[in-house]
Amino acid sequence: MPDNATVLEMRGVDKSFGPIDVLHEISLKVNEGEVLCLLGDNGAGKSTLIKTLSGVHQPTRGEMLMDGKPVNFVRPKDAQDMGIATVHQFGGTYPLMSIGRNFFAGAEPTRGWGPFKVFDRRKANAIAVEQVRKFGITGIDDGDRLVGGLSGGERQSLAIARAVYFGARVLILDEPTAALGVKQAAHVLRIVNEAKRRGLAVVFITHQVMHAMAVGDHFTVLIRGAIAADFRKGEKTREEIADLMAGGESMADLEADIEGYMETHEGHPPPPVH
Amino acid sequence: MADTQRDQGSAVGGFSILALFRRPETGAAAGFILIFLFFGYFGWERNFLTALGSSTWLNFASKVGIIAIPIGFLMIAGELDISVGALIPAGGIVLAMSVELFGMNIWLGVLVGLLVAGLIGYVNGMLVTRTNVPSLIVTLATLFVVAGLNAYASKQLAGTTQHSLQDVGAVSEFVLGDYHSLVLGSDENRITIFRSLQSSFFIWIVFAIACFYILHVAPWGNWIFAMGGDEESARNAGIPTNRLKIALFMLSAMAAALVGMTEAVLANTASTTTQFGMIFNTIICVVVGGVLLTGGFGTVAGTIFGTLTFGIVFQGINFTTFDKDLNLLFIGALLLVAVLMNDTFRNLATSASTTRKK
Ligand SMILES: Nc1ncnc2c1ncn2[C@@H]1O[C@H](COP(=O)(O)OP(=O)(O)OP(=O)(O)O)[C@@H](O)[C@H]1O
Ligand SMILES: [Mg+2]
Repeated sequence: MPDNATVLEMRGVDKSFGPIDVLHEISLKVNEGEVLCLLGDNGAGKSTLIKTLSGVHQPTRGEMLMDGKPVNFVRPKDAQDMGIATVHQFGGTYPLMSIGRNFFAGAEPTRGWGPFKVFDRRKANAIAVEQVRKFGITGIDDGDRLVGGLSGGERQSLAIARAVYFGARVLILDEPTAALGVKQAAHVLRIVNEAKRRGLAVVFITHQVMHAMAVGDHFTVLIRGAIAADFRKGEKTREEIADLMAGGESMADLEADIEGYMETHEGHPPPPVH
Repeated sequence: MADTQRDQGSAVGGFSILALFRRPETGAAAGFILIFLFFGYFGWERNFLTALGSSTWLNFASKVGIIAIPIGFLMIAGELDISVGALIPAGGIVLAMSVELFGMNIWLGVLVGLLVAGLIGYVNGMLVTRTNVPSLIVTLATLFVVAGLNAYASKQLAGTTQHSLQDVGAVSEFVLGDYHSLVLGSDENRITIFRSLQSSFFIWIVFAIACFYILHVAPWGNWIFAMGGDEESARNAGIPTNRLKIALFMLSAMAAALVGMTEAVLANTASTTTQFGMIFNTIICVVVGGVLLTGGFGTVAGTIFGTLTFGIVFQGINFTTFDKDLNLLFIGALLLVAVLMNDTFRNLATSASTTRKK
């Protein structure tokens, strides 16, 4: 399978917070119409990496390119303006604001003229409700409801629906399925596949092997801030992926364990590690 | 804080009562009506409800109110500004010195006063956004710094802490500091619409309308709520949180200076005395008005009702036979009751909305 056109690229990116080095020499490509699964243990640097991609952090060293041209995202807005939409791991919704206002926070639809722009509440509510209902959250029919009254999963769905709505070229999802029920998680995976089919470049972070396998075209494993493995779909088995996700520090041991397990269990693989 | 109140300005047919309960300012409005009736009854004998009587508390409320609205903005954004206590006199003395000492045109003086205040607000905002020191501490420091500067600059430049500011033109007097009355009809059947309302009252109305537009109508009103709700998410969503916060600190500083200027024009004097009382007054008005101290929630209308209520309680006791010493007790009780009531209204709205969900 030939590589699709690269939308977003990192070349030798380092990221440090003062004395703490979090990312080392990260080079990766996010291609059009593909899902890049970012895997790794807790604290591996996945969120830091996607925050750099979305303009929240700036690289300490190295460069980022969009469509082959160097870009410098000074603030999240710069990335957004280039069609990069991100669902961050935490937050993303405001409990005491309505669904419509949440959905459009920072990108409010307006009507009116000149300096006297008016927040278009009706339009915001209608679009927000429609997009959230598309996610199977059918209990929502009123864009004026405050988000604080929604469940955690409903709020997460709202955040994802928002990114899907605004992400014109790149969609970045940091553990989007963590708070979701089976049905909603399946729906997110379907949405990711749909975004891919429409030609978007997707970066997807998850700790669930099943979810990674279901959508990933390309897998990048981070261990302590460096890329430890980089492979395409079908190049590694599910077990190998699971081990890499577990941190990969004792790959040999883990592999031996798996073989041992399979010998004593009539060739059955061990259950996936979550 | 799981609330499901309606957003500002919504009412769904068949649920209008519930929709009303969901509005954040309902508690503040109900409180205002109760307090108004209470003092209307107990102050009836002493003309609380006459045009002149009303003006006493409306004039007082207008000065607190002009500052309370931007303080409310800051509180919605999750911040506080107590340096306004020193910015009120700063506005007055800068105007007085600009006109009397440097011979400036009064409007130029007003401009200078606003610029100086804007600069102080900018410093507040920069310190808060750059250092992550809580705004209570930052503005506590600038409160004293500005108070000191007020006294020092006055002494150095004018040799006094009491400045005079002579009347300098009919228009500026009319707009900034005068008493206004409106009486309709001729001798026999005259109707007094209002009497002896200060210019600041009308400034308050205009300012409140502008602020209502900013917070509830303009698209970036949303940003203030988002910033107070979850600042990191707001920043990630592309909202320029630092710039917005600095602008809000500038707004509150300029509003405080404006109040000081109206007082100076009205009284023809300006003093460097720091108005510590106004710090509490403005915070009380905002909280009574239903703005959440922890940010993310509140309305301009609520703050206005809170200010009116506070104005009545603060001044109204003079119209009753109650002992004046009870004034502060009344204010404390008001604050407590208002906060509890606002909480109750919020919870009521939550349950109302969840039953409806099914
Ligand atoms: N702003 C920051 N300042 C200092 N250190 C940070 C900062 N942000 C992240 N780190 C550090 O960088 C490391 C990687 O964090 P990151 O959030 O990227 O991990 P992650 O791979 O997303 O983990 P998880 O799976 O738990 O979400 C952690 O050790 C964390 O302490
Ligand atoms: Mg993370």
